[in-house]
Amino acid sequence: MASFLRALRSELRLIAGRRRNQVGLLVLMSLPVLIAIATKESTRHGGDNRGGPDFFDQITSNGLFVALAALGVEIGLFLPMALALISGDAIAGEAQTGTLRYVLTVPVGRVRLLAVKYAALLLAGLLACAAVAFTGGVVGAALFGTGSATTLSGSQIGVGATVWRILLATLYVAAGMAAVAAIGLFLSTLTEQPIAVVVMVMVVIAGSWILDAIPQVAWLHPWLVVDRWPAFADLMRDPPRWGTIRAGLGVDAAYAVVFLLAAWARFTSKDITS
Amino acid sequence: MPPSADAPDLAVRTQGLSKAFGGRAVVRDLDLAVPRGAVYGFLGPNGSGKTTTIRMLLGLVGADAGSIEVLGAPIPEGARTVLPRVGALVEGPGFHPYFTGRANLERLDRLDASADPAGSAARIGAALDRVGLASAAGKKFRQYSLGMKQRLAIAAALLVPRDLLVLDEPTNGLDPQGTREIRALVASLGAEGVTVLISSHLLSEIEQVCSHLGIMNTGRLVAQGRVEELRAAQTTTTIVTTARPDAAGAVLRRLGLSEVTVSGEGASGIPTGQRPADIVAALVADGVPVDGFGTRRPSLEDLFVELTGEGFDVDG
Ligand SMILES: Nc1ncnc2c1ncn2[C@@H]1O[C@H](COP(=O)(O)OP(=O)(O)OP(=O)(O)O)[C@@H](O)[C@H]1O
Ligand SMILES: [Mg+2]
Repeated sequence: MASFLRALRSELRLIAGRRRNQVGLLVLMSLPVLIAIATKESTRHGGDNRGGPDFFDQITSNGLFVALAALGVEIGLFLPMALALISGDAIAGEAQTGTLRYVLTVPVGRVRLLAVKYAALLLAGLLACAAVAFTGGVVGAALFGTGSATTLSGSQIGVGATVWRILLATLYVAAGMAAVAAIGLFLSTLTEQPIAVVVMVMVVIAGSWILDAIPQVAWLHPWLVVDRWPAFADLMRDPPRWGTIRAGLGVDAAYAVVFLLAAWARFTSKDITS
Repeated sequence: MPPSADAPDLAVRTQGLSKAFGGRAVVRDLDLAVPRGAVYGFLGPNGSGKTTTIRMLLGLVGADAGSIEVLGAPIPEGARTVLPRVGALVEGPGFHPYFTGRANLERLDRLDASADPAGSAARIGAALDRVGLASAAGKKFRQYSLGMKQRLAIAAALLVPRDLLVLDEPTNGLDPQGTREIRALVASLGAEGVTVLISSHLLSEIEQVCSHLGIMNTGRLVAQGRVEELRAAQTTTTIVTTARPDAAGAVLRRLGLSEVTVSGEGASGIPTGQRPADIVAALVADGVPVDGFGTRRPSLEDLFVELTGEGFDVDG
């Protein structure tokens, strides 16, 4: 266990030490700032109000909602893209730089390596979601102040309860990213081109969003990994709609398990010729 | 595992090892025997299957047929227990370009479950010292020269004390000075009792340090053994330089030398047990003016070329 944590720390250092990932995190964190500033500007100029439970409307009355608005926007593309990038590095990237053969001959067992890699992806995904929510919360609170929040059901909840729900929403979004990480890790075992992993993951995610928007294939929607990702909004109802949250977590977990098993089957039997 | 009668204590032993890539046999029926304590030169032209064999020894590539034992443990089953005692350099260095040399070694050290975390810095420092990289340890790997990269890979192979070192073309990209240093390093490791399996396509680069040789050609092991044995198995040729080549040739034939050839400067033949002194005596007795007499034994290089062919084209 101690040696697993030692390996995990080293893995996180590898991810965090890469300039591209640092810039990526900054990009993720800049979006909530943009949202907050743009909202401030548009209210000053009396801009038009959009409909729908995307939290943009609530921001002016409670800055903490910037966190949720930002999560809602980034869940579509930016967060999955971030996970796609680092999961491409995980195995395919190491194969490309030639480090994979040296890691395996240290030796690190292949199953253990997958476990370390996935654990690191989970933590990195969680960090990315938390960074978005945290930045949004802080910048929003600074620009719009905090106060009691109006839930989507119309009731009022206090600041403590709002923060708590935002925290749960962040964890819920991170669970979706755990599914992306599993897909990415599997694809990463298939190739020596990290960029190919990014492309394939984005094809899967973008394809799922497109299918999710086509009513003719409604029967398919519950099985799409992205379908219930926006359901983190249901945490802002009073009481929260735990049913959709549970279903969403179930789909995320199913994708994670299936793709981790596929990664395991592929990676443990693969000839490492990189 | 105690050494058995048919197999003396071997650090590496394969039997019937075979591997095909996409239906093309790359390694065929390989019986490798690397005795403990040997410095084993693993030779073969480009594409002969050296790296593929080494990858199989390290459990990176699965064998299609045959068995592998490394330090007494079967591979891949026993890889986890035995690989900590095996240092490896496979097909050139592989490191993270945006990490420093030291950070790259730290990463490998942290991944080693059998390494004591407390001794990490000392281990890394010692390995960097040993390959002469201590002063460049803080540089990013991407800024290293080819030779420095190669040295870092060797440092990684020496991170912890090893019983077996597998070095695939360790002198690749090194200047003559660097090549000499690697040779000295291999010799000193050999003197410490570490078994070294060192591959190369240049015999001259490793000949001086090897106690054993294995020669690959198109996936097969065409010769293997102690260097002296391989040398002794080489046929020597007796060469007589004389103004009367025909007479000399006749004497050699009469004495029973085989493959006697006569040229403008003299005659030569392969002795079949005749001592040089008797041959000279017979020549003199027949009135052949002997201007020069000598025996020539082909170099290992000749053997290598003879076994692997001189062609430049890689066997596809
Ligand atoms: N991943 C692979 N897929 C298909 N063929 C491969 C693969 N790896 C190696 N080969 C083939 O196997 C043969 C042996 O390759 P290998 O790398 O083992 O040779 P080598 O003896 O190490 O050569 P060199 O001296 O050039 O390093 C070559 O013909 C090569 O084309
Ligand atoms: Mg090779």
